[in-house]
Amino acid sequence: MSDTTQNGPMLAADGTPLKRSLNRALRRQKLRALMLIAPLLIFVLVTFIAPIADMLFRSVENQIVSDTLPTATEVLEDWDHTTGTPPGEEVYEALYYDLYLAAEARAHTRLGTRLNYEYTGVSSLFRSTGRGLEDLGEEYQDILEDADDSWGEGAFWYELMTGTGDTDASLVREHRARLQALENARLTGDVGFAPSVEIMELLPQTTFAYTDFAVFTALMDEDVVAEEDPWEGVYAGLAQDLQTADLSGYDGPGAEALVAAQQTLAEQAEPINYTAFFESEDEDWLNPDIWATIQTYSSNYTGGYFLNAVDMQLTPDGIEMRPDGQRLYMVLFQRTLFMSLTITLSCILLGYPVAWLLANLPASKANLLMILVLLPFWTSLLVRTSAWKVMLQQQGVINDVLVWLGLVDDAARLVMINNQFGTIVAMTHILLPFMILPLYSVMQGIPPSYLRAAKSLGATNWTAFWRVYFPQSVPGIGAGSILVFILAIGYYITPEIVGGRTGTFISNRIAYHISSSLNWGLAAALGAILLAVVLLLYWAYDRIVGIDNVKLG
Amino acid sequence: MAATSDSEAFVAFERVQKSYDGETLVVKDLNLTMPKGEFLTMLGPSGSGKTTCLMMLAGFETATYGEIKLDGTSINNIPPHKRGIGMVFQNYALFPHMTVAENLSFPLEVRKMGKSERETKIKRALDMVQMGDFAGRRPTQLSGGQQQRIALARALVFEPELVLMDEPLGALDKQLREHMQFEITRLAHELGITTVYVTHDQTEALTMSDRVAVFNDGRIQQLAAPDTLYEEPENSFVAQFIGENNTLEGVVKEISGNTCTVQLDNGELISARPVNVTEVGQRTQVSIRPERVETNKERLQEGAHLLKAEVLEFVYMGDIFRTRLRVAGNDDFVMKTRNAPDQERLKKGQMVEIGWLPDDCRALDA
Repeated sequence: MSDTTQNGPMLAADGTPLKRSLNRALRRQKLRALMLIAPLLIFVLVTFIAPIADMLFRSVENQIVSDTLPTATEVLEDWDHTTGTPPGEEVYEALYYDLYLAAEARAHTRLGTRLNYEYTGVSSLFRSTGRGLEDLGEEYQDILEDADDSWGEGAFWYELMTGTGDTDASLVREHRARLQALENARLTGDVGFAPSVEIMELLPQTTFAYTDFAVFTALMDEDVVAEEDPWEGVYAGLAQDLQTADLSGYDGPGAEALVAAQQTLAEQAEPINYTAFFESEDEDWLNPDIWATIQTYSSNYTGGYFLNAVDMQLTPDGIEMRPDGQRLYMVLFQRTLFMSLTITLSCILLGYPVAWLLANLPASKANLLMILVLLPFWTSLLVRTSAWKVMLQQQGVINDVLVWLGLVDDAARLVMINNQFGTIVAMTHILLPFMILPLYSVMQGIPPSYLRAAKSLGATNWTAFWRVYFPQSVPGIGAGSILVFILAIGYYITPEIVGGRTGTFISNRIAYHISSSLNWGLAAALGAILLAVVLLLYWAYDRIVGIDNVKLG
Repeated sequence: MAATSDSEAFVAFERVQKSYDGETLVVKDLNLTMPKGEFLTMLGPSGSGKTTCLMMLAGFETATYGEIKLDGTSINNIPPHKRGIGMVFQNYALFPHMTVAENLSFPLEVRKMGKSERETKIKRALDMVQMGDFAGRRPTQLSGGQQQRIALARALVFEPELVLMDEPLGALDKQLREHMQFEITRLAHELGITTVYVTHDQTEALTMSDRVAVFNDGRIQQLAAPDTLYEEPENSFVAQFIGENNTLEGVVKEISGNTCTVQLDNGELISARPVNVTEVGQRTQVSIRPERVETNKERLQEGAHLLKAEVLEFVYMGDIFRTRLRVAGNDDFVMKTRNAPDQERLKKGQMVEIGWLPDDCRALDA
C-alpha cells in the first residue's frame, strides 16, 4: 500500500497515467460499440422514450387557458370567486379583445372544449360568442363611417396608428408572441407596423386591438397592413378610448377626424359596455361559476387531469370527489387490475401442465405440441377474438351444444360474451403462449434427476413435485406472469370486441379519449397512472420475489 | 429381516430383462446376487446396460421380465420412494433452492422425523464427510468436490442399507477423484453399507470394489474380485476392457491339461493356458499383459517359446519403460518393464527375443 501512495498513480510505459492510457485504448472500441447500437438507440428514443415523455407532459400541461386569454386571466386574478357575483367590467373588456384575436385564429373553440371537461356547457358558450364578437365593433364602425368615409380606409388607419413621432415595437413583439402561442407555431416575418408612442398613450385600447389586427394580417394572412381595413374590434376600442380621451394636445395625422369622431360618438352612440354585450350574447357569461372555473384552470400546469382520472375534480373550493353518477375511472382501474390478475392466474393454471408436457415429452411429440402452442401466434389477433365471439355468443357453438345436450334450457342460454367472462376467456387464450414459453424454457433447464433424487430420498410424487420441482419452476412462473400481466393490463383490441359494457379495460377508455373525445390530457393522465401502477407492481414483485428470480430462458 | 439372515443374497437380480422399445433388449438375462455389506461395481462401456440395471434397482425403470429382490422380497412393484435406497447421482442432483442442511433434512422430513433428531443426524452426516461448516451454504456456492461430499452425505443421512452410485466422480478432476474414491470406500466399509457403484472407469472399479461386474451388450461378462478380473479374464472382451492387453491371433494346435499350443498366423508356435478354448483347430485370441512380457531368458521356463520382436518405439515414463514392438505381424504389442538399474534401454529398430510364462498367456475366444 505504501508503495502506491509514494509513487502516485500507476504510469504507463510512456509516462501517462495508466488509467488515461487505458481509457484512450478502449475509447475506439466503445465508440464502435456505440455506433453499432446507435440505430436502435435512436429508434427507441424517437419511438418510445419521446412519446412517453410527451404523454407524461400532456397530462399536466394546461397552457391553453393562459395562452388564449392572457389578459383576461391576468385581470381575473384579483376577483374573489366566493363573493358569488360576476367579475367587473375590466375583466369583460380584457375578455373581449383576447377572445377577438382567438376567434380570428379559430382557437377559442379549442379553449371551449378544454374548459368543457371541467364545466359542461362552456364549449357552446365560447363557440356562439366567438361568432358575435364583431357585432359590438360594427355598431361603432357604421356610425364612424357614415360621418367620415376615411374611417373605412386601411391607409388612413395605418397613418393614424403609425403617427409621425417615435414608434414602439415592444407591443408588436408581445402580440406576436401571443399569436405564436395561439397558433402553436413559430411565426417569422416582418409585421411592417409599429404604433407611435403618442397614439399609444392617447388611444391605448385602440392600439392594443390594432396591433392584434396588424400582427395577424401580416403574419397569418400575409397581407400588407396599410392596405387592409381594420377589424370591427378596433372600432370598439376606439369608441372606448374616445369616451375619455383628451384630444386637445394631439396634432398628429388624423387629429381632426378624431375630434370629429369623438363628437359624433358622444352624440349618436351609447357608451360602450362590455358586460352588457356579453350578457346579450349569452347570459351564462354572468355566471360566477364559469369564471371560477376559468380562474381555477388559468395556471400553466394543472393536476386537474390526474384528479379527473381518479374520479376527483379541482373546484374553486379545492379538491373533491366527483358526484356519484360521474365516477367511472376508479371502477375501471379496479376492474382492469382484477381482470388482469384473473387472466394471469388462469394462464398459470392452464399453461403449467402444458409447459411441463412440452419439457418432458420426447422431442418429436414435444415439437408437435409446440406447434399447437405457437399456432395462435400465426393467426391474426382479430380472427382469434372473433372466433371467440362465434363460440361464446348466445346462438353460438357452446350454447348450441349445451342446449342440444339438454344441460341448458333453450330459453335460458348462457351469456358468455360481451361481459367480463368473455374478455377473460378470450384474453387467457390469446396470452397463454406468453406464459407457456418462459415456463417451458425454465422447465427444460430442470434436470429430471432432481425429481429422481427426491423420490430416492423417500418423497412421494406430490412431495417431490411440490418441494423440489415447483420451487425451481417459480422463475418461469414469475417471468410468464409479468409478461402476461403487463400485456393484459394494457390490452385494448380484445376487450373492445368481446368486452361489451362490463368487460372493457381502462385502455379502452384511453383509446376513447385519444380518438373520440380528443381529451388527450385525460388520456395521458390515465396512461400515466397505468404506467405508475405497472411500475409499482413491478417494484413490489421485485421486493417480494426478487427480479433476478425471473428467467426467460 | 429374519428371513434373510440365513440367506446370503441381500440384493438379487433373477433373470432380469429390460427393453425400452420392444425390439431390442438392453439387459439380457441378468442374474446377480450380492451379500450384505459388499461393494460391487458395475463396469462397462456406455450403452452396456449397467446404468439401466441401477435404475431398475432404484425403481426408476421397471424390469420387462424377471425379478429384483431386496432383502429377500421382490421390489418390482414397490415405488422408488418406498424402497429406502440411498442414491448418489452423476451430477449430484443437490436441490439448488435449498441450503446444504435443508438438502440433508429433506429425506428426514419426508420420513416425519422430529426436529432435534434431524439436526443430530444432519450434523453427524456432515461431520462424516468433513463438511460440518458448510450447513448454511447453497450448493452453487460449493466446489465440485464439496458438492460430491454433500450428495454422499444426503444419500447416507437416512441410514439406508443399500446405496447406489451412478458415476458419482465423473465430473471431478483426477486428484480429487482419487481422494474421493478412497473416502467413499472408507465410508462404505465403516458403515457396513451395501453399495452398488456404476462407472466406466476401470481404475476406479479395480481400486474401490470388493467385486466387479463387467457389463457388455446387456450381459455380465465376468463377475469377480478385481485381481481375478485383471489376472484371469474369462473372455477377450474382459481382457481388452480391463487394463492394457496384448492380443495375438492364432489357431489351437494341441491341448493337454492346462496348457495348449497355439500356432500364430505367421506360423510361430507359443504355449498358453486354455481358458475358453476346448478343441484343436479352434481360432483363438491369446492375451498377454504388457508387464508380464519378458526379455530376460533367465526368468523364463526351460524350453519356453520365444518370439522375435522389433522395437518400434521406446518411451521413458519414469517408473517404467514402455516399449512398442512388432510381434508376429502385430505392430501394437506393448511391453512394460520396471526402471531398474540393470534394465536394458532398448533402441528403436533393435531386434529382441521375448517370452512369457505359459500361465500369463491366456487363450481366449476369438
